[in-house]
Amino acid sequence: MTKNTAWTKKDLLGLKELTREELELLLNTAESFKEVISREVKKVPTLRGKTVVNLFYEPSTRTRVSFEIAAKRLSADVINIATESSSVRKGETLIDTGKNIEALKVDIIVMRHNCSGAALMLAKNLRASVINAGDGWHEHPTQALLDMFTLKERLGRIEGLKVSIVGDIAHSRVARSNIWGLTKLGAQVTICAPALLIPPGIEKTGVRVTSDIDEALADADAVNVLRMQFERDAENAFPRQLEYFKNFGITTERLKGAKKNILVMHPGPINRGIEISSEVADGSNSVILEQVTNGIAVRMSCLFLVSGANENIKKVGRLTSLPVNRLKRP
Amino acid sequence: MRILIKNGRVIDPANKIDAVLDILVEDGRISKVARDIKSDPCDLIDAKDRIVMPGLVDMHVHLREPGREDKETVASGTRAALHGGVTSVLAMPNTTPAMDSAENIRLLRDIIKKTACCHVFIAGAITRGREGRELADLASMKKEGIVAITDDGSSPDAEDVILDAMTRAGKENIPVICHSEDKAYVNQGVMNLGFISTQLGLRGISNESEYKRVARDIQVAQKTGAAVHIAHISCRESVELVAAAKSKGLRVSAEATPHHFTLCDEELAGYDTNLKMNPPLRSRDDVAAIIRGLADGTIDAIASDHAPHTENEKEIEFDRAEFGVIGLETELAVSITELVEKNILSWSELAKRLAYNPARILGIKKGTLSVGSDADIIIVDSTREWKVAQETFVSKSKNSAFLGRTLRGVVEYTICCGKVAYRR
Repeated sequence: MTKNTAWTKKDLLGLKELTREELELLLNTAESFKEVISREVKKVPTLRGKTVVNLFYEPSTRTRVSFEIAAKRLSADVINIATESSSVRKGETLIDTGKNIEALKVDIIVMRHNCSGAALMLAKNLRASVINAGDGWHEHPTQALLDMFTLKERLGRIEGLKVSIVGDIAHSRVARSNIWGLTKLGAQVTICAPALLIPPGIEKTGVRVTSDIDEALADADAVNVLRMQFERDAENAFPRQLEYFKNFGITTERLKGAKKNILVMHPGPINRGIEISSEVADGSNSVILEQVTNGIAVRMSCLFLVSGANENIKKVGRLTSLPVNRLKRP
Repeated sequence: MRILIKNGRVIDPANKIDAVLDILVEDGRISKVARDIKSDPCDLIDAKDRIVMPGLVDMHVHLREPGREDKETVASGTRAALHGGVTSVLAMPNTTPAMDSAENIRLLRDIIKKTACCHVFIAGAITRGREGRELADLASMKKEGIVAITDDGSSPDAEDVILDAMTRAGKENIPVICHSEDKAYVNQGVMNLGFISTQLGLRGISNESEYKRVARDIQVAQKTGAAVHIAHISCRESVELVAAAKSKGLRVSAEATPHHFTLCDEELAGYDTNLKMNPPLRSRDDVAAIIRGLADGTIDAIASDHAPHTENEKEIEFDRAEFGVIGLETELAVSITELVEKNILSWSELAKRLAYNPARILGIKKGTLSVGSDADIIIVDSTREWKVAQETFVSKSKNSAFLGRTLRGVVEYTICCGKVAYRR
């Protein structure tokens, strides 16, 4: 990482628009916060006086809780808004909702929305920072960042790693963000899915495409197993559950053909016996729970950098006064 | 009342004219087209260095009245037409109520009579309520003056329905305008299916959704001998199908919109809902095919598919925004900028696509500067540039795909029925 890389973006909407340096800055900053959350006293005053709103238009427990904990560890005030409890149902537009939240003097809006592009639309219409916590099938940048953080922490690097992403690529924002982030940082990405779940043109991102799970696992350093959302299969593109498990499920048997130390990742919540066997999910290759912990560090990093950009942290003096630099590992 | 238009470059493909001439307008009609006309007394318009051509005939316009007067009315839509150099429009029947009966068409005709600022022709629906099941009564609608039928916005799925419709239309000698779209392939899509939809995470609409239905509509046209016009074609395969049908001598014509020959799906990176329309903006390859089709005459007409929507219907999530863009006020300038300036069409060919051919397809006496015809004439400064902005539009709605673009070509005068109906 170049030392003088500064975060200048108001928002974090996706990984496609970020440079390699910005991705590295996010990950390196997260490292410092990982140290913070491993302490006895897990809180720093970095965002004291700031207000973060979690605006969730889709049900989500883990991402929302992770953002909430991350914001609280940074001493921000956090408000959660879920669609059921707001005026969203009364027909208010997204832009109006955003402007009302902004009028409450909120600094950062973390939004989960079922429409692709919703985060960009909100960001364009507000001065407040927007962090995309997942928009439609488009991007889920913080999930991909925590996946990359986990890879880097475990394997020491991302450059040159072989990472396979298995599952419903077509409808997955997690897959898209991982593809943008990993390829930018020099990993070799393979995607593996039934033919109907491979979106058109995906090979143009530089990934290898296969429908053969054994091929995808053969030389992989890590496999990221996506959740199969059978309840959402509006297009009848999914194979039957048992058939999917037979052909694509990650099992101990199947991992025999992979590297011994292959990392098994999953964005959760896992469907045991559908995309992954319990034995693998709970086994020694699994880093699924580490991912959850790392999610907090990564989201602290995102909140921290985005909030700074909003106040023009380009002034170096201000940057150095913030705890993160003092927390840098030697 | 007389108007004398002096020294303009007169473009009139019907009479194979492209020359500097004068035009004399008397009593609403063109009375003389010649060099150095002397007439006194009259209103004199100096058209030196200007293009003088027939007023545009836009055969695909949604005026939204009756039913959605918040988006557009006959009055506002026709004022917008004049501003864009359009003197005749074909009003699409997907109003509320739909134009599917003599009674409803009388209602619209009454509104037109009271409020229209340019010529408005009416397309009747193919089926009642445009539901694709029961045929609307063509004979009685024809008595009320419809010039075409279409279920625009949808396409009857049942083959026996379209077969019956085209058979009757053939007998009545009324053209059938096909919104060729098979919803089975649309799959709730909101943009073109391809790498861009993959990147944006939006549901894609495949080319199949269009060309499979174009193929069927042409097949039924062949079977019935009806005159069939394929609306807003957007993809390469459709252009090829129309070309093949024409080479077989079938009575098939086609139109393309300015957005489909100018913009491709790559423009959608910012989820701009003013680029959401049906059919969607296709790939670069498809845009090139549309341009080739316009150049070689496979595509007969340029039409706007003017589809006004309110801000509330557009300034929302991409998935939820309405399909459609306005086009009456930009179609001429976009065509000049993209086709004439780039040497794809000559001025005469452009006038054919924008005026003469659509009039011929609809069987209406428009689109020419022949002596004796209605004086629907526009005078255009073809070199002047302007920037498209919300405030440049006369239309009630501002949902243009060309906002922010610089275009070439400004309408200085629109003469409709021998009267100056718009002047810059």
